[in-house]
Amino acid sequence: MSRQIIIPFGPQHPVLPEPIHLDLVLEDEIVVDVIPSIGYVHRGLEKLVERREYTEYVYVAERICGICSFVHGLAYCQGVEGMMKIEVPERALYLRTIWSEYSRLHSHLLTLGLFADVLGFENLFMNAWRLREHILDDMEATTGGRVIQGSCKVGGVRRDISSEKLDQMVSGLNELEKEMKELTEVFLRDSSIKSRLCGVGILPKKEAYEYGAVGPTLRGSGWSIDARKLGYAAFSKLNFEPVVETQGDCYARCAVRAKEMFVSIDLIRQAVQKIPDGSVEVKVTGAPDGEYFTRVEQPRGELVHYLKGNGTKNLVRSRVRTPTFTNIPPLVAMLKGCELADVPVIVHSIDPCIGCAER
Amino acid sequence: MGIFEMVGTVARSVFRKPATLMYPVKTAKITPLSRGHVVIDVSRCISCRICQKKCPSQAIWVEPKEKTWQINRLRCNVCNSCVETCPVKCLTMDTHYIPPVTVRPGAELFHITYVKPPKPENTAEKKD
Repeated sequence: MSRQIIIPFGPQHPVLPEPIHLDLVLEDEIVVDVIPSIGYVHRGLEKLVERREYTEYVYVAERICGICSFVHGLAYCQGVEGMMKIEVPERALYLRTIWSEYSRLHSHLLTLGLFADVLGFENLFMNAWRLREHILDDMEATTGGRVIQGSCKVGGVRRDISSEKLDQMVSGLNELEKEMKELTEVFLRDSSIKSRLCGVGILPKKEAYEYGAVGPTLRGSGWSIDARKLGYAAFSKLNFEPVVETQGDCYARCAVRAKEMFVSIDLIRQAVQKIPDGSVEVKVTGAPDGEYFTRVEQPRGELVHYLKGNGTKNLVRSRVRTPTFTNIPPLVAMLKGCELADVPVIVHSIDPCIGCAER
Repeated sequence: MGIFEMVGTVARSVFRKPATLMYPVKTAKITPLSRGHVVIDVSRCISCRICQKKCPSQAIWVEPKEKTWQINRLRCNVCNSCVETCPVKCLTMDTHYIPPVTVRPGAELFHITYVKPPKPENTAEKKD
């Protein structure tokens, strides 16, 4: 057995957008063990729930993550609505669906861009982010915020989208779809990308389930599990099939994200077709009492919000389980046995969002 | 990526205008709904302090006795909560972002000029 050495990877590393620390135990160039540690960006947002009114905490919940902020707000609002047994108007549910699919589009474009950057394909990174800008423009035009939308509230949504704007959004997406096809073709067919991704960081089907992988990491290993199939918001009325790849390597996870973008566009089209008229919010009175679990599908995987109220304006407990946190054990399993040079690619293939994981 | 697709992408990028803006020399893209910064109409504020209570980041201080309304622009996270809850609608959301700063400024101070109108006298009693 050759001598083992430990190489620290992170929390500051050129390929990492956010701080996570991995101690890589190496034998020659091969990683034999990984010790992950987090805790560099903890902000204590869950504790804030005790000091903010339940209607104001939506703003805090949205700021848990800068990428999937809408989905966090949606999960929190669903939790409070479930606790207080509020019937949300149908139109608000469809608008929530449209916005959450928009945030999935922009998150996947961001991730694919960063992924290309990690591979050293700078040009592709710029192109992915150029397309993402169109999505962000639509988000800002409909909600008022590019990244933090602030459009979800307990009892509905803050803003309505006019039918002309909805049609405009769909025609914009039709245009964008052609460019996205070109972009994803590069990810899926380019030989240099394939040589970097295929067979790297394999997560076998059984292990993916046992380690509790979620989202594209799980679906890249052959499991057809998607929290949108639970039918929250308006997903129960829309037709879609989760994208599944069976190889379980970095290429499969990249392919799941690339193909999921087109599913999202299709879902937005269906939602715009089926959206009913009517009000977008109901008046909320009283205070939440009891406890509630909500599960929603973030771009990175399944997100769980647990809320507990005691009949006052302030909730007593909020617990968030984010997809990145559950994807760290599968990441450790993937990294064992890989080469040191492949570590950045594998770390990025789970789409880590550390700000989200630590709150 | 075939060589022809690559040439196509390059050609389009050469003739297309740049995808980025020279911010802050050129102003950022703005839509009618954009949340830029909070503006107060001091002549209508009744110092009710609802904005202060509803602010999730505690950026607003209202002193009813001294008739001042203060906002810390760097604490404010532009969530629109105060604008929505203001009972007299003296707060509005401007679409322009505040310019970037290099020195941390203190709170911005506004003097409230609203004067409570006197109660209309009961003229019916006088007639009697």
